[in-house]
Amino acid sequence: MSLREVGAVTGVGETQYMRGTDRTPLSLQLEASLRAIEDAGLKPTEIDGVIPYGHGAVAEDFITNFGIPDLRFSATTPMGGASAVASIQCAVAAIGAGICNHVLLSLGRTGYSGGRIGTRVQQMPQFRLISEFEMPSGAIAPAQLYAVMARRHMELYGTTSRQFAEIAVNTRRHASLNPNATMRNPITVDDHQASRMISDPLRLLDCSLESDGGAAVVISAAERARDMKQRPVIVMGAAEGHPDSPSAITQRPDLTTLGLAKAAPKAFAMAGVTRDDIDVAEIYDCFTYIVLCQIEDLGFCKKGEGGGFVQDGAIGLGGRLPVNTHGGLLSQAHMAGMNHIVELTRQLRGTASAQAPDAEIGLVTGYGDMGDGALAIMRRA
Amino acid sequence: MSDHARLLPQPTPDTQPYWDGLKAHRLRLQRCADCGKVRHYPRPVCDACYSMRVEWIDASGRGRLHSWTTTHHAFHPGFKPDLPYTLLTVDLDEGVRMNAQLRGLDPAKLHTGLPVRVDFERVTDGVTLPVFVPTS
Repeated sequence: MSLREVGAVTGVGETQYMRGTDRTPLSLQLEASLRAIEDAGLKPTEIDGVIPYGHGAVAEDFITNFGIPDLRFSATTPMGGASAVASIQCAVAAIGAGICNHVLLSLGRTGYSGGRIGTRVQQMPQFRLISEFEMPSGAIAPAQLYAVMARRHMELYGTTSRQFAEIAVNTRRHASLNPNATMRNPITVDDHQASRMISDPLRLLDCSLESDGGAAVVISAAERARDMKQRPVIVMGAAEGHPDSPSAITQRPDLTTLGLAKAAPKAFAMAGVTRDDIDVAEIYDCFTYIVLCQIEDLGFCKKGEGGGFVQDGAIGLGGRLPVNTHGGLLSQAHMAGMNHIVELTRQLRGTASAQAPDAEIGLVTGYGDMGDGALAIMRRA
Repeated sequence: MSDHARLLPQPTPDTQPYWDGLKAHRLRLQRCADCGKVRHYPRPVCDACYSMRVEWIDASGRGRLHSWTTTHHAFHPGFKPDLPYTLLTVDLDEGVRMNAQLRGLDPAKLHTGLPVRVDFERVTDGVTLPVFVPTS
């Protein structure tokens, strides 16, 4: 059974994104969830499947708070920043198998006010190898672990920091158009070059934000979506991919290839579209370099050509491939990519704050846990 | 050396020989006792033949630079006094990689393929960490 066009995004919701809150992650997650459910025109009790983002709310929280009488499906997809997009495949599979009809994907976090990144990753089980063999030497945070991949790409292909800057500048420009972005003042390539070094070659403006907030998505059976409140956004293809040596970047044969390279051919084949058909792309942007690498792994250009691809406005609103039209993790908020799914849905409904022209088909990626990847390709109904 | 109290390794029976080796200033790697494939980081199963029989070899400690980063931001208070410090990813002659801090060279002189060798730094009575120094 193919999962092609089995499910559709029928509701999206976000809290106000912040840098500073005294609210709990659970409160933020439930607020975003209620907004997504309302957007879908459903009652909370009609949710019959949940896929909460890892390390936060559990299925029981939704039953308890929403009074769900018969939750028929619950799962988690523990792939770090790839989890949200990977859960699209999981949701559609559950719907296609006839288990449930309306699956809630949701996330709430206090990445700014709660545990910050340097301490958070040490507690994640998928970092067990790193914890024992790399953290004692001071390799602690994703910025450091991914800097080594970026350096390798620069050495092999001549990629430059100013090319990373193009991604940061472009993403901020989109954020400046989004009322729910936390960083809205435009920046220049020179601002990027003057920002302090975090872990060479990654500067402060190469790094995503630490944010407080919540985001949620409802995925429904496609045949039901036709009669619901919003114009549905159909999931044409979805896949996840795990890189070689998934738990230790150090041991990965090719440092410049991510798990997304394995997911992309499957998702494009399922969707039955080509790269030229993609009108807008929401690409997981924990760091600028990770966007560049994913553009290659998605097949929009050859390995090593990502630096040239992102120049000259190609990833802006009027460009060849508009990327991260909401401002992404770099400038809107770090909602672990759930906000990327929200934004792709709005683009394909035609209601985005920075609307890509004639957006009919788009994609969203997730990236996390040192290389896991996920991809969903969607179209407007 | 700064206070590493919160980031000291917690060896398991699968990994203890590696840490014991470092304490004795030896870099030890796992080798499959059936098919002979060398692997790192230490783990229970050989991914080539699925054997769980393991032997430990003394590695040459020599390798070439694969990639690197110099960290300027304190992600953990224990490493703040060390800033900036440089982490190397090195292709060991045995065919596996390892990650350790650089000693004895200006990071501006680093380039892919640079030959390095492992050295050892005592952190506590129980823990010695590897570092890399330039060869010759």
